[in-house]
Amino acid sequence: MEGFQQIGERDTGAARGGGLLELASIPLLLLVWQGLAMLLAQRLFPTPIMVAAQIWDFATTGRLFADLGKTLLRASIAFVLAMLIGTAIGIVLGRVRWLDRLFSGWLLVGLNLPAIVVAIVLYIWLGLTETALILAVTLNKIPLVAATIREGVRSFAPDLDELGAVFRLTRRRRLRLILLPQLTPFVLAAARTGLSLIWKIVLVFEVLGSDGGIGYRIAIMFQFFNIAGILAYTASFILVVLAFEYGILRPLERRILRWRPVRP
Amino acid sequence: MATGPALNIHIADKRFAAAAPALFADLRLDIVPASTVALVGPSGVGKSSLLRLIAGIDHQFAGSITIDGVAAHAAPPPGFVFQDPRLLPWLSALDNIRAVRPGCTLAEAQAALARVGLGDVGAAYPHQLSGGMQRRVALARALSVNARLLLLDEPFVSLDRPLVAEMHHLFASILTETQPTVVFVSHLADDAARLADRVILLDQRPARIIADLTLPVPRADRDAATIAAYRQRIETGLAPQG
Repeated sequence: MEGFQQIGERDTGAARGGGLLELASIPLLLLVWQGLAMLLAQRLFPTPIMVAAQIWDFATTGRLFADLGKTLLRASIAFVLAMLIGTAIGIVLGRVRWLDRLFSGWLLVGLNLPAIVVAIVLYIWLGLTETALILAVTLNKIPLVAATIREGVRSFAPDLDELGAVFRLTRRRRLRLILLPQLTPFVLAAARTGLSLIWKIVLVFEVLGSDGGIGYRIAIMFQFFNIAGILAYTASFILVVLAFEYGILRPLERRILRWRPVRP
Repeated sequence: MATGPALNIHIADKRFAAAAPALFADLRLDIVPASTVALVGPSGVGKSSLLRLIAGIDHQFAGSITIDGVAAHAAPPPGFVFQDPRLLPWLSALDNIRAVRPGCTLAEAQAALARVGLGDVGAAYPHQLSGGMQRRVALARALSVNARLLLLDEPFVSLDRPLVAEMHHLFASILTETQPTVVFVSHLADDAARLADRVILLDQRPARIIADLTLPVPRADRDAATIAAYRQRIETGLAPQG
C-alpha cells in the first residue's frame, strides 16, 4: 500500500551492515594491539595472546572468578541504587520547576565532585568497609543519572499530555502509555553511561582500600610491575561488561525502542 | 446509541495571560443535539482554542461550557481529532486506537481502522505511515471511543482530493448512523458546505461570530449545485465587508 513501509524492511538492511562493522570492531582493536606489541617487543607491553594466556592461568589456578564476582556484586548494587535514586530525583527535578531551581546547584556540585574525594571522605567516616565503598560509588553516579533523567522529563511532549487529557486517560494509563515510553531512551542512556562509569570507579576505590576484587588485585600486581596480570584482570572485566552490553543491554534496547525509525 | 448532546457555550473572557488581549469576550453559542457545526474563520481567530475549551482540556476562562448540562471538563471524553495526527510513536496503529479506550479489543480496533480504509496497516508504527494515513488513524481513534460528541480540528487537511472525497463520504455515513453532535474546524468552505448543518463564521480579536448560517438541505440530498451555493454563502460571509 502506498505510503506504508513494510515493517523491518529498511531496518533489517541497515542493521545487517551496521552489525558487520560492529562485529569487526573488537577483533580490529586486538589486531592493532598485537601489531603494536610486536613492533615494540617490550616486556612491559605484552601481546593480547600473552594476556589471554594469563587470563587462562588466573582462571584455572588463581582467584580471578572470586575477584570478578566481588567487583561485579559491588558494581551491581551501586548501579541499581544509583539508577533508582537518580531516576526518582531526575523525575522530580524535571517536573517541579521550583525544586529544580533550588537543587540544580547541588546537582552541579555532585557532577563535578571528584570521585576520589568522595571515596576518601567516606572511608574516613565509615572505615574501609563494603558499605563505604558502595555508598561512595552510588553517590558518584547519582548526579549523572539524575541530570540525564531530568533532561528526559523536560523533553516530554506537552502535546501528548493534552492527548491524555482529552481522552480522559487515568493517571496510571498516562504513566504507562505516555510518560514512561518518553522516559525510556533516557533511562537506557543513563544505564549505559552509568555502567561504564561505575565499574571504573569501583576499581579505583578497590585500589584505594578493600579486601578483594579486580582493583585490589591490580594494586597488588602493580607493586610487582606485573603488566600482563594487570591487563589480564582488566580484560576479563571488560569481557564481562561487553557480555552485558551485547547480551542484555542491546537486545533490551532493540526490543524497547523498536518503534524508532532507523537512521539511514 | 443515544444521539449527541446539546452544547451551551458562554465564554465571558478568555486570554492566555492576564496582560494578553482577550481571545474571546462574551462569546455565546448554543448547539442543538445531533447537529454538525462547522467553525470557519481566518487563521489565528481562535477556532482550535474554542475546540479545546469545549473538550474540557483548557478550563482557564471566565464563563461556562456545558455538555448536556455537565461542565465540559467533567463530561465523558469526546472523540477528538487534533490538527496534527498526534499518534503515540511507540505504539502501532492498532495500539494507538486501543490506548485511548480501555477495554478496546483488537478486533474492535481493527474494525475502526478498516472503517477508514486502513485495515491492513494495523501493525505499522506511525513513522511507517504517510501523513494522510496517520490522519486517518487519528480519525479512527476518535471514532473508536464511541463518543456522542465529536470535536475535529481540520480533520481533512493534508489529505489528497480523492481521499478527501472518500473521507467526506465516510464521515457523512457515520453522522447518519450514530447521530453524534459534531463541532469541526475547517479553513475550507467546501468541507463545511458538504458536511455541516450549521456554519459559524468567526472573525476578529476577541473572536466574534460574524455569521451563523443554517444549511437546510440534508447532507445526503445535497447535489453539486447546492454545495456550490453553500460554499458561495460561506465565502461571501468570510469576505471583508467594504
